[in-house]
Amino acid sequence: MRKPDISIAGGKAIGPDDPAHSDVAALAIENVSHSYGPRKALDSVSFTVAAGSFTALLGLNGAGKSTLFSIVSRLFGMQAGRIRIFGHDIQREPGEALRGMGVVFQPRTLDLDLSVTQNLLYHAALHGINRREARTRSDEALSRMGLADRIGSKVRDLSGGQMRRLEIARALMHRPRLLLLDEATVGLDVKARAEILGHVRGLVLEQGVGVLWATHLFDEIKPSDDLIILHQGRIIAEGKVDFIVAKASARDLNSVFVQLTETRPGSEATVP
Amino acid sequence: MSAVIAHDKSAGFSFAQYLTCMNGIVWREGLRFVHQRERFISALVRPLVWLFIFAAGFRQVLGISIIPPYETYIPYEVYITPGLMAMIQLFNGMQSSLSMVYDREMGNMRTLLVSPLPRWYLLFCKLLAGTAVSILQVYAFLLIAWFWDIEPPPIGYLAVLPALTLSGLMLGSLGMLISSGIKQLENFAGVMNFVIFPMFFASSALYPLWRVQEGSPMLYYVCLFNPFTHAVELIRFALYGKMNWVSLAVVGGCTAAFMIGAMFAYDPSRGLSRRGPAGGET
Repeated sequence: MRKPDISIAGGKAIGPDDPAHSDVAALAIENVSHSYGPRKALDSVSFTVAAGSFTALLGLNGAGKSTLFSIVSRLFGMQAGRIRIFGHDIQREPGEALRGMGVVFQPRTLDLDLSVTQNLLYHAALHGINRREARTRSDEALSRMGLADRIGSKVRDLSGGQMRRLEIARALMHRPRLLLLDEATVGLDVKARAEILGHVRGLVLEQGVGVLWATHLFDEIKPSDDLIILHQGRIIAEGKVDFIVAKASARDLNSVFVQLTETRPGSEATVP
Repeated sequence: MSAVIAHDKSAGFSFAQYLTCMNGIVWREGLRFVHQRERFISALVRPLVWLFIFAAGFRQVLGISIIPPYETYIPYEVYITPGLMAMIQLFNGMQSSLSMVYDREMGNMRTLLVSPLPRWYLLFCKLLAGTAVSILQVYAFLLIAWFWDIEPPPIGYLAVLPALTLSGLMLGSLGMLISSGIKQLENFAGVMNFVIFPMFFASSALYPLWRVQEGSPMLYYVCLFNPFTHAVELIRFALYGKMNWVSLAVVGGCTAAFMIGAMFAYDPSRGLSRRGPAGGET
């Protein structure tokens, strides 16, 4: 397994030789590689997301974040490696694995012709949740995401921020213990971004949901967060943000990122 | 094949949960159809134009002899009604596939595919939902046709339901199989022209096969091997409370073959990887 250049003390990185750790992880990714023809989008990527933690996946456009999300959510077939969600291998036990995971994709995936509630009920049905239970959960999820007053609205009448909150509410309908969000705040204004991030962090603190938050925006990451930096399909740093910054002897995360990515044109690794 | 199907195994869902999922997919498809009134109207207008205009013009030109399942001479409108019912299902099957390509491009399909239930089951439910919508259209067409003196026996309205279900599944599966090979929405229009029109015209929908045989023996064999011909005949016989066993076997076999092919061929990454999984992001 290719190790990241910076790793948190105590070792968050996992591999086939560390099954005990990965079994309890919300998400365990081991040596995942993916290519589009000759172009390698992911190269031996390995990391874990602990249950009840907020982990940021930072990378520029084209770093491989969305490819990784597509593989984890089984939209793409796995070419190499292994992924487990709460110990369930997504290839061998896809049902059990997907049952524990909610996903918010970067492109909008809501049905614009349906109402807010209808979108949630549809998602609930896809998870085998009966109508009565789905209605209860729908009300809860909409209240939590501040959309209780938009229950009967058509989705196409919502603002961009409200649509995103609805997508998060939808992803929570089956009460997953792991939530993946791919650039969930792209295209939103500052206020809407802060609200969404606040809601998601609230889920981690109040409900113990493990979150993998893919972003290319530094201001969405706090010093206490777990961080994975993905660059050109490879993990170049991993650990607590403040630890990574300290280890790189940099001013802030922005400086670390520039330092790591600018000295790394291709597969050349330069450890600060 | 999407490798995921090969490795899918039950995740311990109950029968009720499977049923809930199926209801949800059918309900959503129905809602979408109701919200798209233009789609409903155009689905009805197409066969009605054939019935009111084409059939009226050709009834004096094309004489129909007594052929099963009919027991007497029938007007041309009566003859082409089962063909028009099948045509509704043919267009609907292709349109459902079109919506799958559209959903895949717009990302809505992801919602379906991240469900923990087996992917083959999700696709089957999607096919069933499309079929249910097509059956609604067919019955709406039959209602209007009744006022045009197209009056099959009352039992026929019920007897035709299983035939419509089977033929709807066959045509939907065929559409899904075709859409599996399509990377982007724009390509589908061309495929429609190469599938829908040849299937419809090279069948018994508009003229009985003995007439075709008189005109062109080669075309007769093309029609005979066209699964759409058998869908039309299955519907025709069922509408009069009778069974065409050969057509049932052909439609049943083709449904199974197309469905299995579609489920193996369906690859959700197609159309996503073309421009990266998220419209530019990789």
